[in-house]
Amino acid sequence: MADALRTKLTGRAILVLVFSFLYLPIAVLVLLSFNASGLPTTWSGFSLRWYVSLANNSDILHAAWNTLVVAIFATLIATVLGTMLAIGMETRKRRSTALEALAFAPMVIPDIVLAVALLTLFSRLNVTMGLSTIVISHVIFDLAFVCSVVRARLKNFDFSIVEASRDLGASSFTTFWRITFPVLLPAIIAGALLAFTLSVDEFIIAFFTSGAGRSSITLPMQIYSMIRFGVTPEINALATIVMGVSAAALLLSQWLNKEQMTR
Amino acid sequence: MSSQTVRSNLMALPAVAWLFLFMVVPCLIILAYAFLTRGLYGGIEYTPTAENFQRVIDPLYAKIFLTSVRIAGLATLLAILIAYPAAYAICLSPKRTQPLLLFFAVLPFWSNYLIRTYAWIVLLNREGLINNLLRWFGYEGEPLALLYREGAVITGLVYNYLPFVILAIYSSLSRLNGELIEASRDLGAGRVRTFFRVTLPLTMPGVAAGGVFVFVLSIGNFVTPALLGGGRFQMIGNLVYDQFLTANDWPFGAALGMVLIAIMIGLLLLQARASARFCGEKQEAANG
Repeated sequence: MADALRTKLTGRAILVLVFSFLYLPIAVLVLLSFNASGLPTTWSGFSLRWYVSLANNSDILHAAWNTLVVAIFATLIATVLGTMLAIGMETRKRRSTALEALAFAPMVIPDIVLAVALLTLFSRLNVTMGLSTIVISHVIFDLAFVCSVVRARLKNFDFSIVEASRDLGASSFTTFWRITFPVLLPAIIAGALLAFTLSVDEFIIAFFTSGAGRSSITLPMQIYSMIRFGVTPEINALATIVMGVSAAALLLSQWLNKEQMTR
Repeated sequence: MSSQTVRSNLMALPAVAWLFLFMVVPCLIILAYAFLTRGLYGGIEYTPTAENFQRVIDPLYAKIFLTSVRIAGLATLLAILIAYPAAYAICLSPKRTQPLLLFFAVLPFWSNYLIRTYAWIVLLNREGLINNLLRWFGYEGEPLALLYREGAVITGLVYNYLPFVILAIYSSLSRLNGELIEASRDLGAGRVRTFFRVTLPLTMPGVAAGGVFVFVLSIGNFVTPALLGGGRFQMIGNLVYDQFLTANDWPFGAALGMVLIAIMIGLLLLQARASARFCGEKQEAANG
């Protein structure tokens, strides 16, 4: 009994320590973003001034707009392609190792390598780089993540209802839109939300494929240059907003995935 | 081909085409670049050479290589040492709270990498939180130089990749058959012995998966060394970055990129083989 209690307490203590390690640095940033002085040295009272100055910073607003455009287009394309890939892979009679490797590669390839490879491709083809080349590049890893989320759902999918629908005379088109799609929808949205946050946060590949000049700078690129060349307290406010958006999208994604599993 | 196979292949086609055009082809192009000569003014010349790969083992670059391996290796080791007890503690929690704990352990991993790294600048800075806390507790000496050290780079890497290692080890641990542990205890093995002879070996696939992930991502990282190492610690990732954006030696940069890919593929194959062998043994044990 004493043994069990000791195990339980040790477990608790470890959890407290690890979660503190994971969340305290983030909590410090959030707290600082509301600090009037903006410095970690002194707390000079609650203030929203850094949020206000953020809203008046046209560079950041421009970068935020670019990020949104890239993330929306990349997510749309990746969701369609990733879902189709997932269905294609799960309805095959035999697993194809080549296909598995191809769908897995974007998740593990070092991003710096993919970034320089894309830079080389686009400059060889003499493509003018900008938001469109960032979208093309983001679709690569976005679709892999959408695919893996949708496949997880398909693994629990009862394909006999598809057969039933076909036996009852529905065309494969009708069967897809009336049977398969509604069942997959929560997973598709969950995958899309994940793709969206990944795209919003992605820095290295965007950095290499955005071309010269500031016109197609994204938020992570803006954050990187803010960190490297003179930190202003505005960045804490920006960090808080960006992390808030990611966390909200992920909570929603997780909730959707859980809903469908328990149904 | 049956009509079902044709349909499945057609569904996969757009994504496969996209990945082929924008991932496979570019990687093949830089593979080719790695064997070409750098042009006089930064371009490339179509003279085949193995020189770029010879330069990788040149003492100057070999040193950067070793630094990268050391930093990535230490980060991997530390991440496993922290993640294992954490995953174990999650497994010991009530079944109902486990998914929630796991979700919040992984949540930071999906948020912005740059911001998570920047948070450590705020903490480790000379005017940062840790130095301030020390002063507050009565420390009066010079502020500690915590930033721009190897330790800062390693801390940043561990912090960023820890969630994934927890996830990988947890998935191994949660599938562990509790009866095996009971059996070991019943047969008179102590806690420590049971852990090292039963639990740890059986969860090695999770440890390996998490470890490979941290190592591969760390060795190719260029953001963390640039921000937390202040550019003092060059890693392979930084070297690739420099060849493409400042030194303009794309063939050498391409060769370095290929080395990263080779490391990745090598470790993944090793890991796959290890867990396949492991599963085979388990099968045998179950049958015998």
